[in-house]
Amino acid sequence: MSRTTCITQDGPANALALNKDYSQVVIAGRNVFKVFSIEEDEFVENCNLRVGKNLNLNFSCNDVAWNTIEDHLLATAATNGAVVLWNLNRLSRSKQEHVFMDHKRTVNKVSFHTSEPTWLISGSQDGTMKCFDLRTREATRTFYSNTESVRDVQFSPQLHHVFAAVSENGNVQLWDLRRPDRCYHQFTAHSGPVFACDWHPEVAWLATASRDKTIKVWDLAGKPSLEYTIHTIASVGHIKWRPQRKYHIASCALVVDCSINVWDVRRPYIPFAAFNEHKDVATGVAWRGDPHVFLSTSRDCTLYQHVFQDASRPASKANPQAISLNSKGDMMYACRVNMNPVRGPAKLSSILRKAPLHSEQFCQASSVMHRFLCKTPRETQCFHECARRYILTGRPLTDICDHNAAVAKDLNRHHVSLVWSVVKTLYSSKVGDFGQQIPSGNVSREETGLGVLQTTLGTSTGLEPIITGAGGDGDQRSLLGGGGETPRGAMSAGEDETETDETPEQHINGRMGLGNLPIPQGDFFFGDGEMDPLSVDFDRMNNGMMGMSLSNGLLGGSHMLLDAQTQQDWTLPSEAFPLRHEIQDRSPPPEQFPNHGSPDLNDHDSQPVTTEDQPSSLLSVTAIPRLGLWDPSHIMVEMLKHHASLGDVQTSTSVLLALGDRRRSLTMLDEATQEHWLLGYLDTLARYQLWEVGTQVIQLAWIPSVMQLNQQSTTVHTSCGQCSKLLQRTGWLCDRCHSSECALCSVCHQVVRGLYAWCQGCSHGGHLAHLQEWWEVNKQCPTGCGHICEYS
Amino acid sequence: MGQIGRDTHMLFIDAFLQNNRLDHVTQVMGYHPTYLDIFLRTQNFILRGDGPLPYDYRHFIAIMAAGRHQCSYLINLQKQEFLLQGGDHTWLKGLSRIPQKLRDLYDINKILAHRPWLLNKSHIEKLTKGKDSWSLAEVVHAIVLLAHFHSLSSFVFGCGVNEELDQDGGHHNGSSDSAPPLGSSPRSVPSPTPLSTGPSNRDAEPWLASMSPVEQEVGVDMLMQRMKSLSERAEEFSQEEKTKRFEHVENQSVELSPGLEPLTQLKADIGHFVDDPTFLYQDFARRGEVSDIPTFRVQDYSWDDHGYSLVNRLYNDVGNLLDEKFKTAYNLTYYTMGGRKDVDTSRFRRAIWNYIQCMFGIRHDDYDYGEVNQLLERSLKAFIKSACCYPERVTKKDYDRVLREFRHSEKVHVNLMVLEARMQAELLYALRAIMRYMT
Repeated sequence: MSRTTCITQDGPANALALNKDYSQVVIAGRNVFKVFSIEEDEFVENCNLRVGKNLNLNFSCNDVAWNTIEDHLLATAATNGAVVLWNLNRLSRSKQEHVFMDHKRTVNKVSFHTSEPTWLISGSQDGTMKCFDLRTREATRTFYSNTESVRDVQFSPQLHHVFAAVSENGNVQLWDLRRPDRCYHQFTAHSGPVFACDWHPEVAWLATASRDKTIKVWDLAGKPSLEYTIHTIASVGHIKWRPQRKYHIASCALVVDCSINVWDVRRPYIPFAAFNEHKDVATGVAWRGDPHVFLSTSRDCTLYQHVFQDASRPASKANPQAISLNSKGDMMYACRVNMNPVRGPAKLSSILRKAPLHSEQFCQASSVMHRFLCKTPRETQCFHECARRYILTGRPLTDICDHNAAVAKDLNRHHVSLVWSVVKTLYSSKVGDFGQQIPSGNVSREETGLGVLQTTLGTSTGLEPIITGAGGDGDQRSLLGGGGETPRGAMSAGEDETETDETPEQHINGRMGLGNLPIPQGDFFFGDGEMDPLSVDFDRMNNGMMGMSLSNGLLGGSHMLLDAQTQQDWTLPSEAFPLRHEIQDRSPPPEQFPNHGSPDLNDHDSQPVTTEDQPSSLLSVTAIPRLGLWDPSHIMVEMLKHHASLGDVQTSTSVLLALGDRRRSLTMLDEATQEHWLLGYLDTLARYQLWEVGTQVIQLAWIPSVMQLNQQSTTVHTSCGQCSKLLQRTGWLCDRCHSSECALCSVCHQVVRGLYAWCQGCSHGGHLAHLQEWWEVNKQCPTGCGHICEYS
Repeated sequence: MGQIGRDTHMLFIDAFLQNNRLDHVTQVMGYHPTYLDIFLRTQNFILRGDGPLPYDYRHFIAIMAAGRHQCSYLINLQKQEFLLQGGDHTWLKGLSRIPQKLRDLYDINKILAHRPWLLNKSHIEKLTKGKDSWSLAEVVHAIVLLAHFHSLSSFVFGCGVNEELDQDGGHHNGSSDSAPPLGSSPRSVPSPTPLSTGPSNRDAEPWLASMSPVEQEVGVDMLMQRMKSLSERAEEFSQEEKTKRFEHVENQSVELSPGLEPLTQLKADIGHFVDDPTFLYQDFARRGEVSDIPTFRVQDYSWDDHGYSLVNRLYNDVGNLLDEKFKTAYNLTYYTMGGRKDVDTSRFRRAIWNYIQCMFGIRHDDYDYGEVNQLLERSLKAFIKSACCYPERVTKKDYDRVLREFRHSEKVHVNLMVLEARMQAELLYALRAIMRYMT
C-alpha cells in the first residue's frame, strides 16, 4: 500500500500526467518539466526535460499529456501557442520531438485519444481546437468553436470519434471528428467560463467545472440533461472522476481553496473526502488507476501522492444536529441517531432520513427530526406582546418604566414588571429626596372599602390586585372602554403617579368587571406591605404631590371600583395609538378623558407585588431606597444577568435600551455580554417577524457592530406619488409616468433633485431652502391647500 | 445633439439621472454607447452601490486617486459628490486632516498609480493589521476605486476633457467649448484642460518636436497593408527572438519618455491631496538590474481565471461588472478605420492593448511584440505612453497630432483602451498581491 509522499520543486507545476501503467508521472509548468518514477515511498527523478541551451517558451507548459498507448510519447501545451511533442526514447539530451506552431494564442489543453495513439487534440485561447496526426506531423483538422477561448477538450472514452470541448462563454460542445465543420451538439452549461471537463470512464456522463463555483454532471446518452450539481466554495479549476467509483469525482479550486475534494455527486453539499496537504491551490489531479491513490501538483511547488486513508472526512465533522423555532413556539429538532431511532414521547412526528449506502462508507449519518408543537403559547405570546408594546425610548425613563412595567404586569409577568419598577426606582430617583416625603392625604376611598391610604413609609397596607388578562391583548382594550361589561376583565391597579404638580388632578372612577376571573389561578396578588413603601417613596420624591390610586379587588367579588388620581401622567394604551410622538406631559387632549379608565396602564409605580414564589433576590431590592448613597449598578447587573440566564434576554436588553446613557454606569457588565444579549434579542425578534421592533432595537443599540446591521445592503426606494411605482433610477423621475410631478417644489415649481422637505400634514413640500424662506413669513402651505403647516 | 443615437441618448438620460449632470466624460464616451453603458453601471456600482466602504470614503479615495495625476476635473467632481454624501468638509483641506485609516491607503495609491509592479503582500498586510485596520473586502473595494480613477484620469487627459461649466476653469477656454457638441465638427472633442500652471501653458512640445520631424506618418492605408501582411505571413520566429522583441518594445518605450522634469509645482487646490508628488512612473525596463521583479506573465495570473474569482469573492459581484467592461473594451469594434469599412481591426487593437500592459511589465506569452512596432507608429506609441503613464502631460496638441487620419470616435476608442488596459494591469498586480497575502 502506498503512502502519502511529496517532493518539492523550484517552481510550480501547472499540470501533471501519468503513463499508462501509472508507474511514472510527468509534471510541467513554466519553469519545471520533469518525469518521476513513483516508488514505494518516494518520487525518483527519471528525467529532466527542461534542458538545452535554448529554454524558450516552448518549455513553458500549460498542460501535459502522456500517450495512452505509446509509453515514450508526451505532449505539452505551451503558453506561446505551441503544441510540443516529446519523445523519451530519444538518445540526445533534448527529448523535444516536434513543435506544432498552429495555434495563434496560448494552448490551454492537450489530450491524447484513448485508443488511437497517433491522435492528439488541443484546445486554445484562439477559440479553435486542432487534431494532430503524429505520423504525418501535422494538424489534420481544425475545429472552430466560435467562442473566445477553448478551456478544455477531451476525447470520449466510449465513442470513438467524439470529443467534448468547453469554453470561456459557458458552453459545452460535442464534436464528431469526422465532421469538422460544426459541432453536432452544443448547450450552455454554466454562467461563467467552464475551466474543465471530464468524461465518466464507464457511463455517458460528462462533468464540467466552472468559475461559477459549481461542478455539473451531464448525462449525454440522449439529449443532454443535467444529472447532478455540486456547489463548491470557489471557482473550480480541475476535475477528475475517481476510477471504479461511479459517483465519485475529485476537484480542485482555482483560487482561495487549497484542498482537493473528492465528492459523491449524490451528496452535493459536503465533500466525501478532503486532502489538505497543499499550501497553495492545486493545479492538477491524476488518479493512479487505483481508487485509493492519486497525485496532485500545486502552486506551492510540490508534487504529492495522496492516499485515501490519510483523507479527512468533512462529513464526519459536520454538525449532526440542528434546531429551529418558528414564531408560534413550535420547534424542529434534528439529531443524529443510531440506526434504530428512539422516538421520544414528546415528539409528535418524526421523519427518518437515512444516508444512502455506498460501496464505500460515506460517513453514515441518519437523523431523526422531531417536531415539538407548542401547546401553551403563553410564553411566546408574552414575548411577542412585550416586544410590541414596550416603549424603549422617547420619554423620560420613569414613563418608560411605568409603561413597560404595566405591560409586563398585564401579561402576567410579574417578575419582569418588578424589574421595571426597580429600574425606575433606582434610576429616576434623586438620592436625598427620601427624607422629604410629605405625607399626602389625597386619598379617595372606594365604596367597596378596603381602600388603603398610602401615606408614609411602611404604613400602607395596600391590597393591590394585579389582574392580568390571561387571554391576551384583547382584554386590555375592552377594559379601556370602561364599564363593567368586560367579561374577562383584566386590570391592574397601580398607583397613578405624577411628576409635576401644576396640573390639576383628575379624578377618575372606573368600573371594572372582574366577574369571570378565576381567583384560584393566582391572578390576584396581594401587595405586601413592605413593598409598598417603595412606590410611595417614589411619589414623594418626585413632586410632593401625591398621586395615588386605590385599587381594590374584592376577593371573589363581582366588580371592583377603581379610583385613581391621575394627573398628567396618563399614558395611552400603546396598542391603540401608534407610538409616534412623545406625548406632551402637560396637554392631554381633552377627548381622551371619557375613556380614561386606564389607570392600569398608567400605574407608574406599579406596585411591586410579592408572592411566595418570588425570588428572594427581588425581595432584597425592596430595601434599596432606604439606603442613601448607594450605587445600584451592582444589583442592576445581577438582576439583568439573572434574567438573561433564565433565557429572558428581552428584559435585559429592553432595560439596557431604556436606560439610555445611564447604562454606562453599569461598568460591571462587559460589552461582549451586552452585544450577546442584543444579538440574541434581535435573533428572537426576527423569528417572530417583529421587524419593526428589531429595527428600533438596532437603531437604539450602542454597540457599533449591532448598529451597523441596518446599514448593510439596505436600499430604500421612494415610490411615485401617482402610480406608486418604485423610483429606482432616481428619486425624482418616474419611469412609468415619465414625469417629475411628484418631485416638484411647491414654491418654485422646479424639480427637486436633492433633499425634498415636506410637510407631514399635507404632504406638500419642496426645496429645503425655499420652504424655510416661505415659513419665515407664512403659516400656510405654499400650494394653497389650506393646511397650516406651521403647526404640524 | 441631433446626431446622437437613440441608445446613446437613453444612456445620457441614465447618466443624468445618476449624477444630476451629464458630465463631459460621459458625453465623450457617448461615441461608444455599448461601452458607456457598462462603464456607467460599473462606476455607479462602485461609488453608490452595495459595498463595504462608506460613501464619503469612496469619494475621498477617488479624490486621492485623481490627485496622483493632478486631474483637477475629477477632483472637483468628486469633491462635490463627497460633500453631497455628507462628507466632513475638513477632510477637503488636505491629507493631514483625514482619518489615519485613509492615510494608510495612500502608499498603495501611490504605487498603484505609477509603479504597480512594486506592490507586494507586505503592503496589504500593513493595511489589514493593527488598530482600526482595513478588512480585505474594504481593501479590494478601495483598490477597485483607485484603479478606476487612476485610469479614468488617463482618459480625461487623453481626450482633453474640459472642466464642467460650474467649476473653476469651466469657462476658461471660451464658453463655446464647454459643452462639446458631439460629432459635429473636427473640434468637437473639447480642448485640453486649461490648467493654468499645467502643461498647456508651458512649452510642452519639445519632446515631441525633438522626435525626428521627418518621420513619416504611417497612414491608414499603410497600416491596413501591414495588418494584412502580418496575417498572411507564416514566418516563424524563434522564441528567443520573441523574448527579444518583448524586451525591445519594452526598452523602446523608454526612449519615448518625455524628457521633462517632473512637474513639481502643483496647483494649489490639488497639492494638499498629493503626497510625494515626485514619485512617478519609471520605465519597467529600467527598474534596474538589481531588482528581482520578474515580468508579469498573464498566463500565470490572468483576469479571467484568478482576478475575477478573487475580486468577486471579496467584493460582491463587482467582478461581473468589471469582466463585462474589460470584454466590451477589448472586443469593441465597428470594423472601420479612418473612414474605411469592413476592416478587421483586431490586430491593431490587440497591439495597443498589449503595448499598454507591456509598459507595466505584463507580458502575454502568446503575442509577438514585433507587431507592436509594425502597427503602432512612433507618435502613437508616444501618445499612448504619456496618456498611460504621465496623463497630466498630455495636451490637446498631442491629441490632435496622433492618428491624423482617424476619426474622433476612433481616437476616443484608443483612449478607452488606455483606460481599460491600464485598469486591468493595476488590478492584476493588486489582486495578485492580495492573493499572495491570503495564501
